[in-house]
Amino acid sequence: MSVLVDEDTRVVVQGITGGEGKFHTEQMLEYGTNVVAGAVPGRGGQEVAGVPVYDTVQQAAREEDANASVVFVPPAFAADACFEAMDAKGIDLVVAITEGVPTQDMARVYRKLQETDTYLVGPNCPGLITPGVAKLGILPGNIFSSGNVGLVSRSGTLTYQVVDNLTERGLGQSTAIGIGGDPIIGTDFIDALELFEADPDTHAVAMCGEIGGEDEEEAARYIGEHMDTPVAGFIAGRTAPPGKRMGHAGAIVSGSGTGTAESKISALEDNGVPVGDTPEEVADHIEDLL
Amino acid sequence: MRLHEYQAKQVFADAGVPTPASQLAETVDEAVDAAEDIGYPVAIKAQVHVGGRGKAGGIKLVESKEEAREAADAILGMDLKGYHVSKVLVEEAVDFVNELYVGVTMDRGEGKPVAMVSTKGGVNIEEVAEEDPDAIAREHIDPAFGMHPFQARKVVYEAGVDRDVANDVASVLTTLYQLWDDRDGADVEVNPLMITSDDEVIAADAVMNIDGDALFRQPELAEMGEEAAEGDELEQKADEYGFDYVRLSGNVGIIGNGAGLVMTTLDLVDYYGGKPANFLDVGGGAKADRIANALDMVFSDDNVDSVVFNIFGGITRGDEVAQGINQALEQFDEIPKPVVVRLAGTNAEEGMEILNEELVTVEYTLEDAVQRAVEFAQEVEA
Repeated sequence: MSVLVDEDTRVVVQGITGGEGKFHTEQMLEYGTNVVAGAVPGRGGQEVAGVPVYDTVQQAAREEDANASVVFVPPAFAADACFEAMDAKGIDLVVAITEGVPTQDMARVYRKLQETDTYLVGPNCPGLITPGVAKLGILPGNIFSSGNVGLVSRSGTLTYQVVDNLTERGLGQSTAIGIGGDPIIGTDFIDALELFEADPDTHAVAMCGEIGGEDEEEAARYIGEHMDTPVAGFIAGRTAPPGKRMGHAGAIVSGSGTGTAESKISALEDNGVPVGDTPEEVADHIEDLL
Repeated sequence: MRLHEYQAKQVFADAGVPTPASQLAETVDEAVDAAEDIGYPVAIKAQVHVGGRGKAGGIKLVESKEEAREAADAILGMDLKGYHVSKVLVEEAVDFVNELYVGVTMDRGEGKPVAMVSTKGGVNIEEVAEEDPDAIAREHIDPAFGMHPFQARKVVYEAGVDRDVANDVASVLTTLYQLWDDRDGADVEVNPLMITSDDEVIAADAVMNIDGDALFRQPELAEMGEEAAEGDELEQKADEYGFDYVRLSGNVGIIGNGAGLVMTTLDLVDYYGGKPANFLDVGGGAKADRIANALDMVFSDDNVDSVVFNIFGGITRGDEVAQGINQALEQFDEIPKPVVVRLAGTNAEEGMEILNEELVTVEYTLEDAVQRAVEFAQEVEA
C-alpha cells in the first residue's frame, strides 16, 4: 500500500509540450507511471512521447479516465492550471511542480481548494513517488526503494539526501511526498501525516521541515495528539539569519523571530519526535523506531 | 522586493492616501532647497531599508536653513547599519496628537490576507505583536471577495480608533488593501499614520514590499525595485548570475543545489565546528557555465578560506557539474582556495570520474565533505 499514488493512478500532464513537461513525461513513463494524456490549449490531437494531447484537462479526464494531474505550466499560468484541474470531473489529485507562482494567486487556489475534495501537492515541489509503482513529478526514481517508511518534506534535494541515507541501509519507502517550499501550499505536513497514519504499510515517517512559518509546530502537536505511527524529524536552516530568504520563498525567519529552526525542533521533541542533527541521524532514528 | 519610502509614498499618494509634502534630494544643496521650499520644520530622512533609522541617526528634524544643511551633510553619504545613504527625503514635519499602525499582509498559516490596525503606532509593530498582541486588531480577508467595507470599519473600531477619525482611517486601510491586491503586495503598511489636532490623517511613513514572484506583471514596480536595489557587490553579482545567495560572516564557502539541502550544508558546517560564509543555491538543472559562475562568486569573497560543493542530482547531472568545476578551476595557475566536492544522484559516478583530483578533494558523503572543508578552513585560520 501507499498514499495518494498507486497502480490505479492515471496521469494527465498539463504543459506536456514544454521542455520540462516533455522531459519529465518521458522520465515518468520510463519509471512505469501511467501517463495517459497531456493537456495544452490549442495542441489537442498531437502526441508527445506517445501520449495523446487534449486541449483541456476535462477532455483528457473524460477520454482517458485520467484521475491525477501534474502541472508543468509556467508561473504566470500555473494558478489557472490548478483551477482547471480542480474543476475537471474525475481529477482528485493535482501535483504542481512549477516554481515561482505569485503568492496571491496561490491564496485564491488555496481558497478554492477548501471547497473541493481534491488533493493539491505543491507548488514549488518535486512531486511524489510510490517506489516501484509510479512517480508524479521530477524525483530521480533510481534512489528510491520500496518499503515501509513514509517521507514528507518541504525540500526536493534534501528529500533525496534523506532517501539516499534510508535506502543505503535497506530502509525502503512506502511513499515520499515533496510538499513544496512556498509560503502557501496545498498539502501541508498535517495532511500528509494523516495519510501516512491511515496507511497500514507505513510503519514510520521521516519528516523534513525547514525554517519559516509554523507548519512544523502545528504538525508536532498533531503527532503528539493523534499519531500512533512513529515519526523522526529533521529541520534545515539552524544557521539562517533572520529576515533573509533562504532560497525557498517560504524559508524565512521573520524579524520578530517566528519560524526559527529552534522553535520547530523543540516543538517536535516536546511531542516525542526525535530530531536528527544530520540527515544520517534521521536514518538512525528511523531504524530505531521500526 | 522592497520599495524605498519615497517610492512607496508616491504610490500611496497616487492612490489617494494623504501624505506630507516632500521632495527627494541627492545632494546637500538639493536638500536645503527642498527644505526652504517646503517650510520649517522639516524632517530629513535617509532612504535605506533599515529598521530603526531614527535611532541610528538617519532621521533628523530641522528648524532652519543652517540646521537643514548640517543634517543633510551628516546623513548623505553616511553608513547606516552597513548601508550607504545616497538619497534623503525632505519632508514636512507633521504636528500630530496620535500615531496609528495600519497594514495589510499575507497570513501564510491561514493562506489569507489579514488587515491590521493598532493605536500603538510609531514603534516597531513586530515588538508590539510580541509584547502586547491584543493591541493589534486583525481581520482576515477572503481572497475570493476582497475586503468588504464593513471589514475595514470593523477592524478600525476593534482597534479602538476614535470615532471622529474612524472613517478616514478605514478609508486609508481600504486603499492599502486595494494596493496590496492590485500591485501584488507582500506587506503594505503605514506606520505611523498620524492624526493631527484637526482630525486629519497623514501617512508619515510608507512600507511596500512586493512579491518578487509577481514582478513579471508589475513592470512599473519592478523598475522602481531596480532603483531601490541594495546590498554589497557580491549580492549584486549573485543577482546578475541569477543565484539565490545570502552572505554570512564565516569562512567556509558553500555551493549546492536546492534550498533545503544548501541550508542543511550550512547547518552541518556549523555542527562540525566551522562557520558558513554564504548560502548559494545554483538551482535545478545547473549546467557547466553556471557551476563556474558559482565558484567565481565564492572565490571572490575575501572571507572564504575553503569551499564545499555539495550536489545531489535529480534534474542536475553530476557529469555536467564535474565539467563545470574542472572548467572553472583549470583557469587558475594556482587554486585560490581548497575545494571539496561531493556528488550524488543522477550521473554522480560519471561526474566523479571526470573530476580532476589534482584540483579538488573528492568526498563521498555529505558529512565527510563538510568536515574536510571545515578542516581546510581551520588550517588557513591557524
